[in-house]
Amino acid sequence: MAMEMRLPVARKPLSERLGRDTKKHLVVPGDTITTDTGFMRGHGTYMGEEKLIASVAGSVERVNKLICVKALKTRYIGEVGDIVVGRITEVQQKRWKVETNSRLDSVLLLSSMNLPGGELRRRSAEDELAMRGFLQEGDLISAEVQAVFSDGAVSLHTRSLKYGKLGQGVLVQVSPSLVKRQKTHFHDLPCGASVILGNNGFIWIYPTPEHKEEEAGGFAANLEPVSLADREVISRLRNCIVSLVTQRMMLYDTSILYCYEASLPHQIKDILKPEIMEEIVMETRQRLLEQEG
Amino acid sequence: MASVALSEAEKVYIMHGVQEDLRVDGRGCEDYRCVEVETDVVSNTSGSARVKLGHTDILVGVKAEMGMPKLEKPNEGYLEFFVDCSANATPEFEGRGGDDLGTEIANTLYRIFNNKSSVDLKTLCISAREHCWVLYVDVLLLECDGNLFDAISIAVKAALFNTRIPRVRVLEDEEGSKDIELSDDPYDCIRLSVENVPCIVTLCKIGYRHVVDATLQEEACSLASLLVSVTSKGVVTCLRKVGKGSLDPESIFEMMEPGSPSGQGQGSAHLFSRPSFPSIHLTFLTD
Repeated sequence: MAMEMRLPVARKPLSERLGRDTKKHLVVPGDTITTDTGFMRGHGTYMGEEKLIASVAGSVERVNKLICVKALKTRYIGEVGDIVVGRITEVQQKRWKVETNSRLDSVLLLSSMNLPGGELRRRSAEDELAMRGFLQEGDLISAEVQAVFSDGAVSLHTRSLKYGKLGQGVLVQVSPSLVKRQKTHFHDLPCGASVILGNNGFIWIYPTPEHKEEEAGGFAANLEPVSLADREVISRLRNCIVSLVTQRMMLYDTSILYCYEASLPHQIKDILKPEIMEEIVMETRQRLLEQEG
Repeated sequence: MASVALSEAEKVYIMHGVQEDLRVDGRGCEDYRCVEVETDVVSNTSGSARVKLGHTDILVGVKAEMGMPKLEKPNEGYLEFFVDCSANATPEFEGRGGDDLGTEIANTLYRIFNNKSSVDLKTLCISAREHCWVLYVDVLLLECDGNLFDAISIAVKAALFNTRIPRVRVLEDEEGSKDIELSDDPYDCIRLSVENVPCIVTLCKIGYRHVVDATLQEEACSLASLLVSVTSKGVVTCLRKVGKGSLDPESIFEMMEPGSPSGQGQGSAHLFSRPSFPSIHLTFLTD
């Protein structure tokens, strides 16, 4: 267990290693996108001196006549129907403030929360006083975006049995632009753990529960010790996700699973070493290309 | 200290993991994260170093200036430490928020260097009672991801290794007035020997076991930590407890014993002899 010291090494640029055919049109703030005035300008652009200039750093997307720039590193921008994982920061009257890596704290109204037992009734004053019994500061929840306010703040709801307070597990925070939009964000991976890929960049890895709990949202967190085998799977998944993110790859169930399988020959703590990280992600990329083509 | 909010279930998960010697990122209780060390990063200092331990980023600059020796030690120069917790690291450090942590770290650095063997201060003396070199060590905290003291001590050691103090001569006139002459060759300088400069090892107590190199989440689960400052020869120069919890004296000895009674067979004393440090000296000498 000796300490490992190394000298910093310049990271190789991605395009060198990729050899991708489709080159993305990347811009930085101030770059001219086009001098053609026939386009409508979308988000991330502005008109200046007869040309369209980018105002954020990202890739240019063109849909017919609309040009917009999608930022690569940005806070989470909520859209209705997204699954998010958030952390409670405040308990207020009739609502909770949830941190979801967006510009403003999201809001979870008491009326949007499932009561234990799944009952549907009007929330009374007793419920309001017992709010801290359901969710405290620091708790993690999974929820869905119900509405987006005009200032960009997001309103969440947990009105389904699959959402609610999260129990034991590991949280990984990544950039929201790296989480691929899919039909479902709750995955039970065949390697033995489950993962929730929040659209806001919060990834929650937890041991697969043996039987599906019947209580709404699972308020009573299971605090029993998790077995060592499950822990190893969770730690390995966490390191794989961190290495995929460091190499700027999109996160979805297939990429995470391929990365997990590519990392099996190595020890869990070695996955984070730069050279092993590159090797594993290269192999993952290969497999994904083969699968597509 | 910068802290992160965790739910009860997350804390329980981390604590159970530590008991089983498998932390969240797959390390054992006595494994360090990968450390990146770079010296000579700031051009207008006498010596500098930058250390990255996971996401913890520390920048240290050393400036050598001439000053008066202290009255009680007329034959020696001295070191002054200043720690700046920049608001880049976490929003908690904005304004005066980082001052408390900064003074705590600076005081710890004074304590670990407060002995005869760490740095040979006599080499810093130019003429007794009149002139000496004062080394101002400035530590800048760029990013905080747990285990600040270890990273800062490594960075200070690397920066002191990198320090080049110009060689001066004192010329005496017939009337007795002294003149200080700087040598013409800009590369003619004295280097400090940092063999005995101690490094800090932080042992965080989580549950019944202790971990080395805790991340922010693990620090949030631990109530008390032990800071041990030790040289490569195994000499302990300072021992400090941080945190609002309490440590049983028995557990302190347990943490420092070569073989812990729980029969794990590994001991934190292994950390006290760090073979990597002398080898780092060798690589730097060639640059």
